Formats: sequence, C-alpha cells, structure tokens
Amino acid sequence: MAENSKQTMNDTYETTGIPLLKDSKLSVRNVDVFYGDKQAIFDVNLDIGKNQVISMIGPSGCGKSTFLRCLNRMNDTIDICNVTGEIKLEDQNIYDRSIDVVELRARVGMVFQKPNPFPKSIYENVAYGARIHGLTDNKLELDELVESSLKRCGLWKEVKERLLEPATGLSGGQQQRLCIARAIAVNPEVILMDEPCSALDPIATATVEELIHELSQNFTICIVTHSMQQAARVSQRTAYFHLGKLIEVNDTSVVFTNPKHQLTEEYITGRIG
Amino acid sequence: MTLSTLFIAVLMGTVVSYYIGRGRSHSIAKPVGGVRNLATLPSYYATLMSLWALLPALLLVFLWLVMDGSIISGLVRSELPLEAKQLNPDSLGLLMNQIGNLAEGVGTLDALGAEYKPAVDRLIHLNSISATAMPVLVMLVMLIGMILGFRTIKADNNARYAVERVFNAVLFISSSIAVLTTFGIIFSVLFESINFFQKVPFMDFVFGTHWSPQIALRADQVGASGSFGVIPLIVGTLLISLIALTIAVPVGLMSAIYLAEYASRRVRGVIKPALEILAGIPTVVYGFFAALTVAPAIREYGDGLRDWGAENGIGWLATLNVSSESALAAGLVMGIMIIPFVSSLSDDVINAVPQSLRDGSFGLGATKSETIKKVIFPAALPGIVGGVLLAASRAIGETMIVVMAAGLAANLTVNPLEAVTTVTVQIVTLLVGDQEFDSAKTLAAFALGLFLFVITLALNIIALRVVKKYREQYD
Repeated sequence: MAENSKQTMNDTYETTGIPLLKDSKLSVRNVDVFYGDKQAIFDVNLDIGKNQVISMIGPSGCGKSTFLRCLNRMNDTIDICNVTGEIKLEDQNIYDRSIDVVELRARVGMVFQKPNPFPKSIYENVAYGARIHGLTDNKLELDELVESSLKRCGLWKEVKERLLEPATGLSGGQQQRLCIARAIAVNPEVILMDEPCSALDPIATATVEELIHELSQNFTICIVTHSMQQAARVSQRTAYFHLGKLIEVNDTSVVFTNPKHQLTEEYITGRIG
Repeated sequence: MTLSTLFIAVLMGTVVSYYIGRGRSHSIAKPVGGVRNLATLPSYYATLMSLWALLPALLLVFLWLVMDGSIISGLVRSELPLEAKQLNPDSLGLLMNQIGNLAEGVGTLDALGAEYKPAVDRLIHLNSISATAMPVLVMLVMLIGMILGFRTIKADNNARYAVERVFNAVLFISSSIAVLTTFGIIFSVLFESINFFQKVPFMDFVFGTHWSPQIALRADQVGASGSFGVIPLIVGTLLISLIALTIAVPVGLMSAIYLAEYASRRVRGVIKPALEILAGIPTVVYGFFAALTVAPAIREYGDGLRDWGAENGIGWLATLNVSSESALAAGLVMGIMIIPFVSSLSDDVINAVPQSLRDGSFGLGATKSETIKKVIFPAALPGIVGGVLLAASRAIGETMIVVMAAGLAANLTVNPLEAVTTVTVQIVTLLVGDQEFDSAKTLAAFALGLFLFVITLALNIIALRVVKKYREQYD
C-alpha cells in the first residue's frame, strides 16, 4: 500500500489537451481507484459535456472500464474496490454519503460489453427499470414506454410481433440494442457504454453506432471502446488512458489528427496497444 | 490359495506387466530412433499390456465364482439315489443343503442315510478340484494375456486407441451397474407386490382407510383380521413431509440467498460449513432429539395452553389434546434436518447465475433485493426446485425420525398434534424380526415400497415438467 501511494505522489503528471470544460454534465476531480492494495486509476481530472459523446480509448488494462464504472458507482459491487476523489453530477458529489445509489444509477444508466438481457420476455426487459422505479402508473403508459424505447433503438419493427418471447432468443446485435432500450426506458441523463460493440458483427456494430449518434441529441454518453475508428465515428471528444492515467483529452478530430502527447500518438498510430 | 491372495497375485502381475511393457516399448524405440517415432507413448503400450494381463484373468475369476456353485451342484445331483431325484424343488434344495453341510464336516451321515455317501464324497472331491484349479487356471490365463499384450508392442501399433476403447468400456460398465441395480430393485419389489395383490385386492389397498396389518394365527382370534388400507399411511407421510418442507424451504432458501448475495466472505466461511454439519448428523440422533426433547416440549406447551384455555373459558383450547408422539415433532425436526439440502443446492445455483445479469440489474438502479426477486431468483428457479425436490424425497423416505417421534398408530388425521405413521415406518415394522415371506403382512411391505417409489417418481416427473415450462434460460 505504502509503496503504491508513494508511486502516485512521485508520479505526478498533467493531462495534455483540454480536460476541463465550462459547462459540464459530469466533472471528475482527483479520482484515484484502488483494488485492494493495487492502484488502478491515478488522479484523473476530466469534465464530460452535456449531450456530448466522449470516448475513452487506451490499451487493455489501462483502467478505462474501471473509470467508467466509477461514474455510476458500479464499482460498489466489488468489495475490494475503493474510490477516492470527487465526481460531480451537476454539482452533486455522487460519492457523497447522502446520495442514493439507486437513484444515481437511474440517472446514469449503463450498457455492458456483452449483451446481458434478463432471462425474461423482450417486453419485461424494457419494462424492468420502469417497474422498479415506478415510472408509469398503468399498463397503458408502460406499453407506450416500452414501444417508444424500442422505437428509439430501431428495434420496434423487428420485435413488435414477439414482445412476449424470451429476449435471449434475439441475435447478439438485437440483444445489445435491447439493452440500450432497457437503459433509456428509465430516461437517464447519462449513458455509460462499456465496449458495447465488442461482441457484435460489423453490421450490428454500424446499427449500434448510428443509434449512439441519435441518442447523443438527448443523452450524455460515455463510451469505452477498443476501436479507434469507432471512437472517431461516434464521439465529439476522446480521452486516452494509459496505465491508469488520463494522458490526453481533446476534441476527437484533434486527438486523431494531431495528438499532442507522445503516448497518444504511439497508440493511435498502432505502436502500442 | 485363498481368493484374496489370488487377487493380490493378479494385481502384482498387472503391475509387473506394466513395467515389462514400458521396458519393451523403450527397447523397440531405440532402433527406430527414439520414443518420438513410436505410434504412441510407452505408457500406453505399458497400460495396454497390463490390461491384457488383468482383464481376462479378472473375467475368469468372476465367471468362476458365479458358475462354480451351480455346476458342482448339478454334478452332485446326478449322484443322488433315484428317489431323491424325484423330490419337489423345495425338498431337493433342502437335501442339497444337508449334503453341503456334511461336505463341510457339519453333522453326520446318520440323519440322511448311507445311500447319500457317494453324493457327499463327490461334492468334497469337486470342491477340492475347483479350489486348486481356479488359481492355476487364472494364473495361466494371465500369463497368456501377458504374452498377447507383449506382442502388441510394435512401433506402428497405436496402443492409445485400444486403451481408450477399454476405458470407454469400463466407464460404460460402471454406469450400467447403477442402472441395472435400479431395475433389479424395481423388479424384485414389483414381483413381491404382485404376490401381495393376489392376497389383498388392489382397490382395498389403494383406497382403504384402515391400516392394521395383523394376520390371524388362529381362526377364532379376536381383532386380528388384517386390513391393508394405505390411505392413513399416505396421509401421515404427506403431513409430516409437508410440515418438514414448510420449515426447510423458506429457511433454507433464505439462508442460501443470504450466503450467496449478502454475506461477507468471512461470515460465509463460518456459516456454510456449519450448515453442512447439519447434513452430517445421523438421522438416528435427530430421531432421539425429536422423541426426547421436541415432542415432550410440544406436549408440555400444548398442555399449558389447554389449562390456560380451561381457566379462561376458551372452549376449543380447553379440549386441546397433544399426543406425546406427534406429527408436528417429527416434522419440525425433519425440517431442520433437510435445511442443508435446500440451502446448499440453492446456494450453488444462485452462485451460478452470471454476474452480468446482476450488473445489468444494478446498472438500471435496482436494489439488491429487487435484483434477487426479479432477476436472480427466476433465473435460479429450476435449480432451486431441484433442491426442494431432493429435500422432499428425502422427507418422504425418511424413517428414523418418524419411528422415534411420530409413533406407529395409523390414525387417519391431518391434525399435526396427533400421532401418525408413515409408509417407511410401516415397512420397517413389517419386516423387523422373524417373518414368513408368504404372508400378506410381510408382502405388504413390498407393496408399500412400490407405492412409495411410484409417488416419488410421479413427483419427480411433475417437477421436471414444471421446471421445463417455467425456466428462464440465461445461457
């Protein structure tokens, strides 16, 4: 422990580019994350703009997924994980004692790497969040919510005839869009996506990317991706992580055409990764 | 040479052939340029050779043990005097037993008569031949096997396939032993039950409401007409099982959920083994715990309630009567006993639900208990039902606790405070002690066994259907 924290102290670094914004949805200050004695994230400072798509890229094990899971406190489910620092969602520190993590996760939704529909019907999957948060008063409203959520994900036409069939019978791409529909049915402000296309084929990936693009008009989206092309296609800003440190953040076009930091350049030109 | 020394000799021969086989395969490997140019590894050649040595010899021993008795007695039978050959099978069997005893030096010829002397001598002679011949033949077969096995060791012979085939066969035989035994048990119970139903009508058995299996020894005996109505036993069994399951299912399930989802690693490390100790307590210990502690406690409490009811003029309480052997006591203790079955199996299936489903639910803002109720429990349901079923069949089949705590009185009642009896307890009481195997009383035990078997089978089939219909598949 002592050794690791010493390393943090000595290894001060500054994030290249423009990590801070004036008008931000989420603002992250001095965040460190520890798994037991091992430090996974080092002193990250980052603002995430409202209704923007920000992508997090970096080599495997660089901490981008860990960082993403801090933003809706999914790391709470891991016993040995410990987060320090401050993450504000519109002026509220989400690690504050008074914060209800259930409400937080309703405001900051999440889509996972592997599609994980519940072993229930398609309808029940989308209705799940609305039911637990009491978002609708009657069956009619719930039906409407399910329909509109599925429509926004472009899934309605494909599944409207089989809403009561098990969701596990859908194809991988459909399952992932269902998971996105499930997340937006709760009407969150921020959607976190942890490599949402890594288990999908190119056509399904294109559909999901298009969906992300549309959703960005109403939601703030943070996406972790291994694909630099994907980051370039869907996001306005890009953050490059390396060994738990946020190396560089800037507009996506700047990061990919004119990276300022040597590590970023090496990564996007394929020398590390 | 006794059987055990023979076995040791065979095993030693097997080990020796393994090493011979390995040595041989290394020596044939040398001229062709090393082990890498053999069709397979030396250990496979060695295993194959040792199998050649072992299996035929074992098979011979087995066949010898099975056949030897009947062949010898067939030969001895031909030596019997003419009038003995015409005896009916039962008397002939008795006679053969007497001859067998004489051959072992028990008793004297006087009881049978001198005309049986040749048969006895023949038996002694044949037995001694068999005893000498078997080891010699077995060792000979083993030697031949070793030679044949040795000859299979050639650079281009892939011994691996042969070894695979032998293991395949061994595994198949092992699994069929269990299946065949099950069929054997079913048929033996079935045939005895058919005998029983020739004495007692099937309908009287299945729909009869009175159980009293005494059979009159004399025609004029009082109160000894046997009646074999199985309903009171079934009701008693179901009553006790139901009480047990009402205890075990909620407690077991909730402790499983606690262990799988809430408990910290340290707490889990203490509670889980402690729960499993419950499963290791012999049922007879549970039985006297039920009979000596729980049943009297329930009775005392009931008496207290009755007195209190009498004092305060509550009519129905004042007539409360708790038997000192009650279904409640047996059911309660049995419920405690089967908690580990429910909890341990449910714990396993809950842990098997993928973490991604939990994440998905938490990610939507569900609390822990919502996640458990709406995602984990439905996903784990088939396994949980399986655990409950195992517990149920355990409860239905449980005997010792019921013998000690619930009594033997076949009352037809659903009042848990009265003494009842179960199918298993009656099977025990029917078969304990010296019994004649042609009376309806004894045969009734087989019919009860069959009935119990049919019930549990039906239960399993129903549950399998239910699980299939409602399962939520997550993979």
